[in-house]
Amino acid sequence: MSELPLSATADAALQVAPATSARGYWATVGRRILRDKVSMACAIVLLLIFVSAILAPWLGLEDPYKGSMIRRLRHIGTSGYPLGTDELGRDMLARLIYGGRLSLVIGILPVILAFCIGTSLGIIAGYVGGRLNTAIMRTVDVFYAFPSVLLAIAISGALGAGILNSIVALTIVFVPQITRVAESVTTGVRNMDFVEAARASGAGPLTIMRVHILGNVLGAIFVYATSLISVSMILAAGLSFLGLGTKPPEPEWGLMLNTLRTAIYVNPWVAALPGAMIFAVSICFNLLSDGLRSAMDIRN
Amino acid sequence: MLAYTARRIVYVIPIVISVALVCFLLVHITPGDPLVAVLPADASQELAAQLRAAYGFDRPLPAQFGLWLLRALHGDLGNSIATGRPVLAEVMRAVGNTVTLAIAAAVIGFTMGILLGLIAGYFRETWIDKVATSFAIAGVSVPHYWLGMVLVIIFSVELNWLPAVGAGPNGSNSWAWDWAHLQYLVLPAITTSVIPMGIVTRTVRALTGDILSQDFVEALRAKGLHERGVFRHVIKNAAPTALAVMGLQLGYMLGGSILIETVFSWPGSGFLLNSAIFQRDLPLLQGTILVLALFFVVLNLLVDIAQAAIDPRIKRG
Repeated sequence: MSELPLSATADAALQVAPATSARGYWATVGRRILRDKVSMACAIVLLLIFVSAILAPWLGLEDPYKGSMIRRLRHIGTSGYPLGTDELGRDMLARLIYGGRLSLVIGILPVILAFCIGTSLGIIAGYVGGRLNTAIMRTVDVFYAFPSVLLAIAISGALGAGILNSIVALTIVFVPQITRVAESVTTGVRNMDFVEAARASGAGPLTIMRVHILGNVLGAIFVYATSLISVSMILAAGLSFLGLGTKPPEPEWGLMLNTLRTAIYVNPWVAALPGAMIFAVSICFNLLSDGLRSAMDIRN
Repeated sequence: MLAYTARRIVYVIPIVISVALVCFLLVHITPGDPLVAVLPADASQELAAQLRAAYGFDRPLPAQFGLWLLRALHGDLGNSIATGRPVLAEVMRAVGNTVTLAIAAAVIGFTMGILLGLIAGYFRETWIDKVATSFAIAGVSVPHYWLGMVLVIIFSVELNWLPAVGAGPNGSNSWAWDWAHLQYLVLPAITTSVIPMGIVTRTVRALTGDILSQDFVEALRAKGLHERGVFRHVIKNAAPTALAVMGLQLGYMLGGSILIETVFSWPGSGFLLNSAIFQRDLPLLQGTILVLALFFVVLNLLVDIAQAAIDPRIKRG
């Protein structure tokens, strides 16, 4: 579903060439993406953000929870506080780095969950076909009748604020999209000769789906899923920004953006910092996903 | 064409009913008592039971859904628990403001998107293409609520050129097409336009590139058609798909404006949804989501029909 950045379409995912010889194909893809300067730059930026978020407690940073009334809203470049302090006097650099932990989890986990659920549903719908296909795909259609921002906010608004609820809400938003892609690529390979051959040699439907179908459709679904991470990061932080996700005093980029909103007249550029982090992660994932897609499109 | 239109409309009916069911169920998965917003904390059991009966919350779920759907068909979405006013009237007034914002954003985003997309498609793999594509990727990757904040910081806080929040002078809620009101529209409209700008740019660029590489373009050039004529062919071939994408984007702007409306305190449907969520005003929440989703379904239907009408390649059979 292409709404918000929900741009990448099923068609685009389908253009990815299916694996011809498993090892040679992936080795080629790997070589091609390593040569792509933009993708590699994005990968390095993401790696830095991930590693610093994971290693945050050992980086010698200030305590991200400890505030002080006498050093509120310091400007960027204040000595001791290279990125200033927030509305409660907490060190911004520490909060931005610690903030990556929650922000990345709530942004990426829904896509991983939806990838597992959507791939299973889509492969079953595509391979089994018939009534089961109709039941699954018509249910998916209903979710397509909602703009995804609206759906995410409606579900997490109904469930109530909280990290777990916002992860559930976003997973529900992405499952239909991945299911649709998985179903259409599976329908594309189910009647190919090698599937027929497996069936003729006595393989059961579960074995065929797991061994013969999965390997041939996973690449296309994976590329599509990576293109959703950027949207998911924006939406997850957006839910926290509205007060539907993380609760204070937890450092999380969307929530920090919300609480700092009152400070834009006092210290505007400090207030904008958490959003810049979301932007950086989101654009890197988008570019990396584009790079991966063109690396996998061997035909060109 | 008439038969095609009729069939598309019939296909939409089950979708509409399922959408209504999802909206209905959303509110019933909500933890806690739906009356929490009206009921005083020390209310007696009897009063609670009376109110529950008055709102129909004491009946079995399928009966509640049937009744709700029947009333909704007659334009009655119940009354807001917080204000006591009819939900439909509240939603429609707010939707008006959202439509104003979406149309302004569409004009900016689609114009920019088409221009950038055409230029990038014509000059593929040159630096012009790279610049246009970077704009597009930034447009789809930027957290738009943050962009709104940054625009407010630049144009309201630092430069003091434009107002930061609201939809008119003195907290005015009624829209008018004069500068006093228009200046409030500028920042929210630009913020809303970046995503459609990015997506339309990508779409038009891909379409233009594909069409230019087809054999018939070669043939047109070979027979000596001037470049303006070739360009007209490109536009004609790209239009149906581009229009469909733009229609969909318009739907997303109407339904997905909640974050931007919150940043700018724009009194639209997203803002209403936000207050419904935080006041736990369930009839209002249900009604707003239903109306926005129906707008989206109808818009999708219109896009399908329009696309079939202008594109002879689509089978209407």
